[in-house]
Amino acid sequence: MNNLLPRLPFADWIDDGVDWLVVTFGTLFDGISNFLKGIVEGSVEWLDMVPSILLAVLFALLAWFISTRRIALFTLIGLLFIDYLGYWYPMLQMLALVLTSVFFALVIGIPIGIWGSQQATARKIINPILDLMQTMPAFVYLLPAIFFFNIGVVPGVVASVIFSMPPTIRLTMLGIEQVPKDLIEATEAFGSTTWQRLGKVQIPLAKPTIMAGVNQSIMLSLSMVVIASMVGAPGLGEEVYRAVTQLKTGVGFETGLSIVIVAIILDRITQHAGKKKQGGTT
Amino acid sequence: MSEEIACKKIEVINTTKIFGKNAKRASQLLSEGKTKKEILKATGATVGVKNASFDVYEGEIFVIMGLSGSGKSTLVRLLNRLIDPTMGNILLDGEDIVKMNKEQLRNVRRKKIGMVFQNFALFPHKTILENTEYGLEIQGVAKAERQAKAKESLGLVGLAGYEDQYPSQLSGGMQQRVGLARALANGPDVLLMDEAFSALDPLIRKDMQDELLQLHNDMGKTIIFITHDLDEALRIGDRIALMKDGEIVQVGTPEEILMSPSNEYVERFVEDVDLAKVLTAGHIMKKADTVQVDRGPRVALRMMKRLGISSIYVVDKANRLLGAVTAQEAGLAIEAGKSLEAIMISDLPMILPETVLNDLFDVVSTAVVPVAVVDENEKLQGIIIRGALIGALSGDNQFINNNGTIGSDEKVDTEVKANE
Repeated sequence: MNNLLPRLPFADWIDDGVDWLVVTFGTLFDGISNFLKGIVEGSVEWLDMVPSILLAVLFALLAWFISTRRIALFTLIGLLFIDYLGYWYPMLQMLALVLTSVFFALVIGIPIGIWGSQQATARKIINPILDLMQTMPAFVYLLPAIFFFNIGVVPGVVASVIFSMPPTIRLTMLGIEQVPKDLIEATEAFGSTTWQRLGKVQIPLAKPTIMAGVNQSIMLSLSMVVIASMVGAPGLGEEVYRAVTQLKTGVGFETGLSIVIVAIILDRITQHAGKKKQGGTT
Repeated sequence: MSEEIACKKIEVINTTKIFGKNAKRASQLLSEGKTKKEILKATGATVGVKNASFDVYEGEIFVIMGLSGSGKSTLVRLLNRLIDPTMGNILLDGEDIVKMNKEQLRNVRRKKIGMVFQNFALFPHKTILENTEYGLEIQGVAKAERQAKAKESLGLVGLAGYEDQYPSQLSGGMQQRVGLARALANGPDVLLMDEAFSALDPLIRKDMQDELLQLHNDMGKTIIFITHDLDEALRIGDRIALMKDGEIVQVGTPEEILMSPSNEYVERFVEDVDLAKVLTAGHIMKKADTVQVDRGPRVALRMMKRLGISSIYVVDKANRLLGAVTAQEAGLAIEAGKSLEAIMISDLPMILPETVLNDLFDVVSTAVVPVAVVDENEKLQGIIIRGALIGALSGDNQFINNNGTIGSDEKVDTEVKANE
């Protein structure tokens, strides 16, 4: 029964495609690589220039400004705890990686989401790609990313961007589509252009949903840091990975806990950013 | 008859809207005279509006009425092309909206047609003032100017002082006032109101209707008002178009619709209407028998005897109502040698022909003689007999005349006799 058909050489095709891309667009990938590396390492350097205690206070103030005092307090204590454990610098590295990838995920994802919300055809193309991006095991992105961007922080950022973008796209589409039909009609009846309708009514009303997507993207990006460390991305993820390979349970627990603290801070702050600023609609 | 002189603001000519993929085939079937159901079965396409033609005159309130699913909301959306018609022409001030490109259409929507929605469709993230100035904002009007116009428009609907609130802080009636103010702020010639008051509770709805009529009176805009409520249509409409299954079955003044329903459907529709709110004194009044005041009681008594009635109205030479005398009093006056003027009942209740029956019950039930209907100069127009009032309410057409014109048939007198 076996081998009635020759084995489909799909893997070879992919490999050939990747090789071709690397050869043809090598300079472009190098450019992107240097650019991303510059952003991540640059922001780590900047953040590290501020004394850790001062930075923790600044983050706490930011949390207070965006959300509540309780979360601000948690931010302060949590960050100082990480500092006290001695993971301040890896934490900054992780933060830079996460924020950079989320930034690009949003810059690319939100316009795609808006586009998808406007055209049924676009949505039909986007949705299956999103399914693929979300369900494909994240390690699989890492492999070609290494070819394109070498090892280090950049393939980590790229894999995180791909992995964390789908919720932003999906929830942007959903949020815009959920704006009640009669409001759309009202904007049309008054003679709005497409951009006026989007900018003045649909996107402002979709903001809480879009922010939920942003929140999800941040969480997914955080979940990628340990995986990214396997291709040499520095940060808390790297510490976890090392602890795992060396069977250091205590260190693993410390670093894992640090990631959780950062995750909670980012999660609570972004959740509140979505809920606030909704005028009298409470 | 002023409608014939007034110019046409909107002309809808043979306009059809078919929803669904097989619109072409469906429109062909439609022209072959197939019904909405047959077309749905054959092509899967839904006929929203079928071959509608009507004119809306400048400055009138044109009501499109029908039950849900009759296509009235689709029809109103064809007028500003929120829905594109499948076939037909829609002329606004002589220009065909259907042929306009996006830019032209946007300009029409911005300057000429305002719209008010059933569920208000206010922007929840904007304040009342921001909502009201939306139409001007997207036209790029400077902030100070558009705020001034929006405030003026809010003042018109009685919402001055609520500028900084959000829609959710306002009651339904107030929200719809904002909807109205938002539509008025652009200064459109035409207002489309899609079931604008249907979501409001009855008392507020009545207030809003009154205010709309007042605004219409002051501003003279052309209003196209969609409703499923016949009472509302009759109350505010100058003319009414009745729709059924996407077709316009009858267009006419409220009276024409009520008095001469063009087919069974309209008849059934108007059957349940509260006649007391629609019919007026003019509809049910009968010719009055009068005697001039300078004739004596003898003449009065003689006339009453000949006509077989027990009371008669006393008028002056200009037919102005002075009072009434009963046969009994006329008899007494003859014995005592008194004049008609001395014995007549002079404080008779008088009503205008426009008074609706609802407001008549009190007067009619307490009056000793049939209530007199007079015009503004107190000239006697007719009288109202209790029997006619009750007969008209029961829907009996023999008691209903064409407003103001009284046939002098024999029934009048027999009715009087029966009544006395």
